[in-house]
Amino acid sequence: MPFDLAFIWAGLIAFAVLTYVILDGFDLGLGILFPFAKSDHDRDLMMNSVAPVWDGNETWLVLGGGGLFAVFPLAYAVVMPALYMPIMLMLLALVFRGVSFEYRWRTDKKGLWDMTFFGGSLVAAFTQGIALGALVQGIEVTDRAYSGGWFDWLTPFSILTGVAVVVGYALLGACWLIYKTEGEIQVQARRYAWWLGAVTLALIGFVSILTPLQDPVYFERWFNLPGSLWSMLVPLMMLGLAWAFFAGLNDQKDLQPFLSALGFFVVSFIGLGISFYPMIVPPSLTIREAAAPDSSLAFALVGAVILIPLILAYTVYAYWVFRGKMDPSEGYH
Amino acid sequence: MLDGFSAEILARVQFAFTVSFHIIFPAFSIGLASYLAVLNGLWLWKRDETYLTLFDYWKKIFAVAFGMGVVSGIVMSYQFGTNWSVFSDKAGPVVGPLMAYEVLSAFFLEAGFLGIMLFGRERVGEKLHMFATAMVAFGTLLSATWILSVNSWMQTPAGYSINAVGQFVPEDWWAIVFNPSFAYRLVHMVLAAFLTTALVVGAVGAIHLLRDKTDKEARRMFSMAMWMAAVVTPIQIFAGDLHGLNTLKHQPAKVMAMEGHFESHPDGAPLILFGIVDARNKEIDYALEIPNMSSLILKHHWNAPLDGLDTVPDNEEPPVAIVFYSFRIMVALGFAMLGLGIWSLYARWRGSLFNSPWLHRTAVLMGPTGFVAVLAGWITTEVGRQPYTVYGLLRTGDSLAPVDAPAVATSLIAFIVVYFFIFGAGTVYLLRMMNKRPATPKLGLREGPIRTAGVTPAPQQDPDVIPGEEGA
Repeated sequence: MPFDLAFIWAGLIAFAVLTYVILDGFDLGLGILFPFAKSDHDRDLMMNSVAPVWDGNETWLVLGGGGLFAVFPLAYAVVMPALYMPIMLMLLALVFRGVSFEYRWRTDKKGLWDMTFFGGSLVAAFTQGIALGALVQGIEVTDRAYSGGWFDWLTPFSILTGVAVVVGYALLGACWLIYKTEGEIQVQARRYAWWLGAVTLALIGFVSILTPLQDPVYFERWFNLPGSLWSMLVPLMMLGLAWAFFAGLNDQKDLQPFLSALGFFVVSFIGLGISFYPMIVPPSLTIREAAAPDSSLAFALVGAVILIPLILAYTVYAYWVFRGKMDPSEGYH
Repeated sequence: MLDGFSAEILARVQFAFTVSFHIIFPAFSIGLASYLAVLNGLWLWKRDETYLTLFDYWKKIFAVAFGMGVVSGIVMSYQFGTNWSVFSDKAGPVVGPLMAYEVLSAFFLEAGFLGIMLFGRERVGEKLHMFATAMVAFGTLLSATWILSVNSWMQTPAGYSINAVGQFVPEDWWAIVFNPSFAYRLVHMVLAAFLTTALVVGAVGAIHLLRDKTDKEARRMFSMAMWMAAVVTPIQIFAGDLHGLNTLKHQPAKVMAMEGHFESHPDGAPLILFGIVDARNKEIDYALEIPNMSSLILKHHWNAPLDGLDTVPDNEEPPVAIVFYSFRIMVALGFAMLGLGIWSLYARWRGSLFNSPWLHRTAVLMGPTGFVAVLAGWITTEVGRQPYTVYGLLRTGDSLAPVDAPAVATSLIAFIVVYFFIFGAGTVYLLRMMNKRPATPKLGLREGPIRTAGVTPAPQQDPDVIPGEEGA
């Protein structure tokens, strides 16, 4: 089928989730790094570096959830109850860190909102990772509804993916700081980035080895010829990016570490896609089964095709407007 | 703590709680975004500094309110799945795409252009900045349009069929989006948002006028707000009346509950101004009523017969007491707003608009009433929709996710604690900002991201901090 709406939409949702991870990952990461900043001044600088863009970033998460509801209502109806607790925790955590952006500047109790910013970012990242791990492990479905228990999402594997996402986001945050700042804070960020990068890569490797063991189907997709020839590109790309990352750090490059670290996420995401396809909720719900009727998909697609490029264009524009190093002495006003 | 409650009732309370908190912020930011666009336009047109000062003043307040709206809105987009997954599965093909449109076309417009509106006047130039400001306002209105279309479809479903697995599937998108109650609800809600904002702006203007009646910015905003109250309230009352007639046509049981008509009135029904609902005996005690008035309002005829809840099976009846009281609160506040508008017109005509302390005190008192009226109105229409999620077709009890009561109870308590903490603090900060004069150079305690994305080292002694006033 050359023009299948359900698969186009699966691609779009995957794109929205990936864009969310790319855009919100580094600002969650800054929150995770918050307690490690040397001074209050550094924390101000960190928060200011994402203040103009963070809420635009977070709307991609709404699009991921809203989009899933719109075009894969069955997947949405199955995944949300299955991941009830991590999702609820993530939402509450995002509430905390979201308001910290505004509140922190309006009170003398700055420390309180520093803590909520850190805690919210940490918990949001961790629960996103847990949700990912739980999804990879598979969700039990009977008769169009979730039929597992309360704590099915909590396993050593999902905790591992949770930790991996936390470390990975912190890496993105550190790389963002390398890009946006100068002087001592940048030196510190470089040091952090080196360690975070090494740990992130190790965790990605660990998760990658364990994933094919979660479900024999994954194993087949990765290790059966001739498909495995293509899937072997994934670790090769990862190796290339790892090289670019460390080389960028050593050569004191500003942007290269950030782009390489984003690449880690993109490639991991492609790897996940290889494992999942054509499932949307492993092990039993396919993209086609979960999709809404074509009329819903087509109606929503019209808007998506017009608006997503527009949104992307002005997201790029907004980053362009606020590009360059943070200047601690001069504000935007 | 919440033992003995069913998962259904807990999930309903949770949804009601989170959506009630959420609606407060859009109700304010829809109106405020338009107000900001008007202020910025007037500044560019007339080059009168007070408009610019007011723009900068309200934009900071807007940013805080908008931030709270974003985070409470994210919660909403996941609540459908976590607690109401059967509803999501069944109604998703119809309401899902509408919500996707809300997120796509509106949420993004707002959040995307917001950064430029808040931070970018110098960076992008005045024209583009004006465009961004207008887009933020347009985005909030578009957002309201889509989400009200969803809500209206749940009230008056149209343009669907039901497939083999029991899902509502779209047949005619035009009929779905422009379902029978949509236009009425949209107009009523957008006007409500404008009024809510006008009352807040008016109250803030009034506070500063009470302190200093020569305050230029306070005079200007108070005057603008009172024009809004005087002009929009009558239109809103008229729109609300039309909305009520539309509800009578499509959801008569809701109107019966609003009116407190337990019994049918074949010879004309009375308008019950107030009374105590006795749900068990199905009667209104101590009713203060105007004979035949309800028939006149609803049927435009003195003696027109009106059916009561005795014609509706008990298991199709909405909870009467909540609907009855919340409707009365909304209407009473609406008429209080009308009174304020008329009073301000009189004071304006007398030339004493800025010199009437009692008018100003009343305006301060009326400041939060827009929010109360909005909430009361939503409670009326949503509780009045019960016992259905999709009116007449999908019962609330059949919409619930396969979650257990303790899980819902735990998350409900977490939401209550977190929301009161978070939004309580937010309200304190908002009130503190509003308490400062518009011409105050700095509204926050220190340079925050709203003014500058760079950082000026925090001064040791901040001139804005009044001793004894610090701390949340």
